Amino acid sequence: MTKSNRQAAVDLHIHSSLSPCCDDDMTPNNIVNMALLNGLDAIAVTDHNSCDNVEAVIKAARGRLVVVPGMELQTSEEVHILCYFPDLDSLMSFQDRISAFYDGVENKPDLFGNQFIMNERDEVIGFRKQLLLASLNISIDEALQYARSLGGIVVPAHVDRPSYSIISQLGFIPEYMGFTLLEYSQKSSVENYISRKYKLITSSDAHSLGSILERKMIIPVEEITLEGIFNYLSS
Amino acid sequence: MTPREIAEKLDMQVLSSGACMDNEITLGICSDLLSWVMAHGKKDGMWITIQTHINTIAVASLLELSCIIISGGAQADPKTIDKAREEGITLLASGLTSYELAGRLYALGVGLNDKEQ
Repeated sequence: MTKSNRQAAVDLHIHSSLSPCCDDDMTPNNIVNMALLNGLDAIAVTDHNSCDNVEAVIKAARGRLVVVPGMELQTSEEVHILCYFPDLDSLMSFQDRISAFYDGVENKPDLFGNQFIMNERDEVIGFRKQLLLASLNISIDEALQYARSLGGIVVPAHVDRPSYSIISQLGFIPEYMGFTLLEYSQKSSVENYISRKYKLITSSDAHSLGSILERKMIIPVEEITLEGIFNYLSS
Repeated sequence: MTPREIAEKLDMQVLSSGACMDNEITLGICSDLLSWVMAHGKKDGMWITIQTHINTIAVASLLELSCIIISGGAQADPKTIDKAREEGITLLASGLTSYELAGRLYALGVGLNDKEQ
């Protein structure tokens, strides 16, 4: 059954307890339940340089909303890019691929926060040793190549922010990178921006439950499925 | 002092000679944020950075900077070096950190007489 011309409320940039800078109560079930309360149709949990909690979030969602597999990667230029994949396996392959580029600094939980890996029952089943809040030793060009070779879509994160954005770090968005979509942070509103070249999307970049978007960012989709959302991102 | 003399005195690698190897330099900027350099860089200045992305060349071109020094032993992307040669931008590389480089350059007298700073 094809439902065309549907609208989906999305928040495609949410952190979980795996990101050290994120509240510990950003557990898979809390994120899913808050997203459901807010009436969202699709979310993405995009932790820094890692995706260890995505599977638990997908399981916790139990099909009640779409979970787009993703990660927020920090390149060697200190640019944050969101990498979305059509399925969990591709995301896991991406993580395997980039794991060679960690810089070897270990997390100090007292200083940076916990990096909890959780299961779909919100139980802590492990923690990440390497600090995820650092740049990987991989350039943005290499990261784009890796992500795209695995079928991924790359979206520059919070391009309106004065730090860790492609514009703050690289001055402007080079044409050759071939982006079609840019993310604006929640604090500014995409309605304030006009772009002939790019589609614009707002996400929360939530590090706490209260920051997850309500039905604010509405995108047109053929159908409210992973494929439908992914088609929007890639078109 | 010119980029050519600076490269010799501080044992830098010349990745691209460009058009400004023999131009006198009197000012410069240290920053790794290209957006910052676009806002604060000055014409004919030199720019010390660890950023090696190809956009550095566009920024130098835009502001008409005299040269870029890649510091800290950061490895320049081959595409960046090619672009620098294509655009005639002087591109040097040094194993010294940005801090050390700026200090050494001042010790050589570069920047001491700059009225604009």
